[in-house]
Amino acid sequence: MSTYFSEDHEWIKVEGDTATLGITAHAAEQLGEIVYVEQKETGESFEKSDEIGVVESVKAASEIYAPVDGEIVEVNGSLADSPATLSESPEADGWLYKIKLSNTDQLSELMDLDAYKAFIA
Amino acid sequence: MADAPKRTPLYDLHVELGGKMVDFAGWEMPVQYPLGIMGEHKQCREKAALFDVSHMGQVVLKGENVGEKLEALCPQAFSALKEGKARYGFFTNEGGGIMDDLIVSNAGDHFFVVVNASMRHQDIPHMAAHLEGVEVVEIFDRALVAVQGPKAEAVVGAVCPVARDLKFMETTVADINGVECRVSRLGYTGEDGYEISIPEDKAEEVTRAFLADENCEPAGLGARDSLRLEAGLCLYGSDIDTETSPIEASLIWAIQKRRREEGGFPGAERIQREIAEGPARRLVGIRPEGRAPARHGVEVQAENGSAIGEITSGGFGPTAGGPVAMGYVASAHAEPGTKVHLMIRGKAQPAEIVALPFVKQNYKR
Repeated sequence: MSTYFSEDHEWIKVEGDTATLGITAHAAEQLGEIVYVEQKETGESFEKSDEIGVVESVKAASEIYAPVDGEIVEVNGSLADSPATLSESPEADGWLYKIKLSNTDQLSELMDLDAYKAFIA
Repeated sequence: MADAPKRTPLYDLHVELGGKMVDFAGWEMPVQYPLGIMGEHKQCREKAALFDVSHMGQVVLKGENVGEKLEALCPQAFSALKEGKARYGFFTNEGGGIMDDLIVSNAGDHFFVVVNASMRHQDIPHMAAHLEGVEVVEIFDRALVAVQGPKAEAVVGAVCPVARDLKFMETTVADINGVECRVSRLGYTGEDGYEISIPEDKAEEVTRAFLADENCEPAGLGARDSLRLEAGLCLYGSDIDTETSPIEASLIWAIQKRRREEGGFPGAERIQREIAEGPARRLVGIRPEGRAPARHGVEVQAENGSAIGEITSGGFGPTAGGPVAMGYVASAHAEPGTKVHLMIRGKAQPAEIVALPFVKQNYKR
């Protein structure tokens, strides 16, 4: 199991051809208190760079862009009622989707933790 | 526009307190502190919050009959404004739109005016050009600090006892730790509180005296915006502008009876007509039924899908506990209780027209 990071501040934890996806702690901190999360539905497919959701903080709305091609197999429905989970635990309880990867080759275009840390430094 | 943003006399203090500085109307201002927008908002509703509003334009008007002369630019009865009183008003244009909103105080030997940061470049020449025989002096050497919230009287009163005796919309000169300040009981949060004009070299010292109170925390522009939105107070440039009339903006309360009847201000024709016949659209409160905030620019539709207006301010209301918004809708749809749709990212979200404000105003009358 490996975790990758995108320049749009998503993390993606991969197990075989499935993965869990969310926004990074750095992104959550920049956004401030999150008050609303708009998510896609199970079964929807997307390509890398497609908008796959919107996170709204007290300050503003921010789009979430897909770091890879894939299909949504599970949505974290608890965020609809408690969007604050995304602020409090962005890299664990505040996950957004479980996805099926269509093209695992794309993972090589993402960053590992050290590279991401350098990216946001 | 390439000019470096200006800094208020409290800039170093903001940085020391962990303020996240952003460019706002050409000024480097704190949008929030480590407490966060939500926490600062609640601080203001429950205790007291301190805001640096030194970016706003402070202006002294000196001369004979200043109040009467201001009536040629504004639909307010400023000639009747008694010494020690402050009044909300606006400059109107010939088309009956709003050029800016402002607070005018009768300070006895002069009038003291506070205008928006983004409009001071317009307002000062506007007054200088039209107020004949009046000396218009823009004040650059004083900070302006707002202390707002149910504990504001205790916080300000501890170092300035006479502040306790002021009522809402009253103003006085007062000594704070040996510094001569102008203290006015008013604000932009819907809460009781004060705006205090302080000489710049003493601004940090006086501000620290307020912040030394355990009930007072600094708050930034983020909380200032969510507080004023919940309080149903207009933001110039968003909710009101040169196109919107004060009658459309539901600001008729700010036009005193004599002025409504007599006119004699720019745009009186439209404003008096709209008072008599009703405006075509109205600024209303809008409460989304779901959790999605509806922000500036979102289209408002009737339930049948026809476009009836637009959101002008919107976001999450921490005290309201959900999204809140203001916007213009066609008058036929402006009655509280009317169901509407908000087009958020292409999807129709149900919402309801509601009376403003979203939270009860706690002024000390």
